[in-house]
Amino acid sequence: MSAAPRLVWSDSALLIEFAPRVDPAINARAVAVAARVAASAVAGVRDVVPTYRSVAVYFDPLRTDSLALETVVHEAIAQRVRRQRHAPEPIEVPVCYGGEHGPDLPAVAEHAKCTEADVVGLHSGRIYRVYMLGFVPGFAYMGEVDERIAMPRHRTPRVRVPACSVGITGRQTGVYPSATPGGWQLIGRTPLKPLDPARAEPFLFGAGAAVRFVPISVGEYERLAR
Amino acid sequence: MTLVILKPGLLTTVQDLGRWGHQAEGVPVGGPMDPYAHRLANHLVGNADTAATLELTLIGPEILFERDHVMAITGADLSPAIDDRPLPMRTVSAVGKGQRLRFGGRREGTRAYLALAGGIETIPVFGSRATQLVSGMGGVEGRALRAGDRLPVGVPSEPPIPGRTLPPVVPLPAGGADLRIIPGPEAETCAEMLQSIASHTFTISSTSDRMAYRLETCRPESDVRRPRPTSLSEVRGPESEVRGQVSVEIISDATPLGTVQLPPSGQPMILMADRQTCGGYPRIATVIAADLARAGQLAPGDWVRFHRCTLAEAMAALIEQERVFVR
Repeated sequence: MSAAPRLVWSDSALLIEFAPRVDPAINARAVAVAARVAASAVAGVRDVVPTYRSVAVYFDPLRTDSLALETVVHEAIAQRVRRQRHAPEPIEVPVCYGGEHGPDLPAVAEHAKCTEADVVGLHSGRIYRVYMLGFVPGFAYMGEVDERIAMPRHRTPRVRVPACSVGITGRQTGVYPSATPGGWQLIGRTPLKPLDPARAEPFLFGAGAAVRFVPISVGEYERLAR
Repeated sequence: MTLVILKPGLLTTVQDLGRWGHQAEGVPVGGPMDPYAHRLANHLVGNADTAATLELTLIGPEILFERDHVMAITGADLSPAIDDRPLPMRTVSAVGKGQRLRFGGRREGTRAYLALAGGIETIPVFGSRATQLVSGMGGVEGRALRAGDRLPVGVPSEPPIPGRTLPPVVPLPAGGADLRIIPGPEAETCAEMLQSIASHTFTISSTSDRMAYRLETCRPESDVRRPRPTSLSEVRGPESEVRGQVSVEIISDATPLGTVQLPPSGQPMILMADRQTCGGYPRIATVIAADLARAGQLAPGDWVRFHRCTLAEAMAALIEQERVFVR
């Protein structure tokens, strides 16, 4: 946990890698270090991006004092991650499971050797951590999905996954913000938009957030989606 | 509205330096494929670096001006002309209301940049006008320009005097480019691969786009002095596969511009302007910033060779390239 991270420099980016594994504590450290480096506002820094297990600092090589940046990074790493007294309030994401909105729910049930209702119970029965965003704007990689329903992705991705579909791949789950090609097992759909540029807060999810999926009926879905 | 697209060309997009500051939310940076030529065009017409230009690809558009402008074209030479009068490259030119800008055959390079004094002023999305085709953000409705599109141009504070010209500071690649790389985050676990890519010549595949150049093995280093093969089928063979194929996948992580990724196929990819914010293939190397200009001017069929260099050499090359911007 407190092991010194590995620093990998290129001429325009610095990667701070904590440990090459998926672990909530490592991710919490990455999120905290990213926030501190961003807050230091070193001249020339363009973007500070936390991932599962590292922080990428993008900078303009001609305007950045790399020694000043390195100092800020070392200070950020040295600070302890403050243990949160209260776990963050989970973001509730209503999901209409199965049917036309979750075409892969039967396959996941078969994979798990249980009923579709059991899959819904297992998927909605725990709080997930948002590890990072990526793939497309607003797409949050969340985990860990119960091992029983951790089905691998489709061999051949779908050409078009409808926006707001909820999917599983391995022990990860996520919500597609826009219609894109995608290989995840689709088990449902939410009326919420992970990305809405017109909203005051365009992005529903941020790295480090907690998420709970709440099952809703087709009727509720249609009412909320309107 | 002061600029009308009469013919769109092959792929014409509005570009600025990119959508920085939102990669943590998964928003790709985007921006010009040849950031240097983009900046040079802005520099010539007196714009800030951050002003938006048009990126033209292989076949230029036809544009009608609805008022007087001062403009400059940099990067690829796609035979620009104003009403049939050839227009010199990297030169500040005045164009009048009602005149048409046309392009002819491609002489050299792949992407040209058209800057107008005042800059293209489409509506910024998350702080940038750059067109990102995959996420559909920026420019005109997040897409390539079409015939009939009308673009607003800002009012220049201090229009430059026509006639100023600059020499070609970064020579355009002729059929291929030598790109300098520094080791990437997974260089140690893929040491053999890193050695191997530096001893091959690759060809840019036809499936390449603004997101990535997909490379195909061309032939071993010993053959590079021979003339370029005319088709890919001539050069593929089991003996020319990159050695020590990897099946490693990493936990999806950050992917800076110029990252050389190695998917399980063993055929590397160079991540370009429209790359995603993260990816799950080993990042064995990164193309240095000073060579991104040359990389951005490559097209499918062109060859690529990689050469290792140090961070100090990368910085020195970049500083040398920047001299032109000192006013």
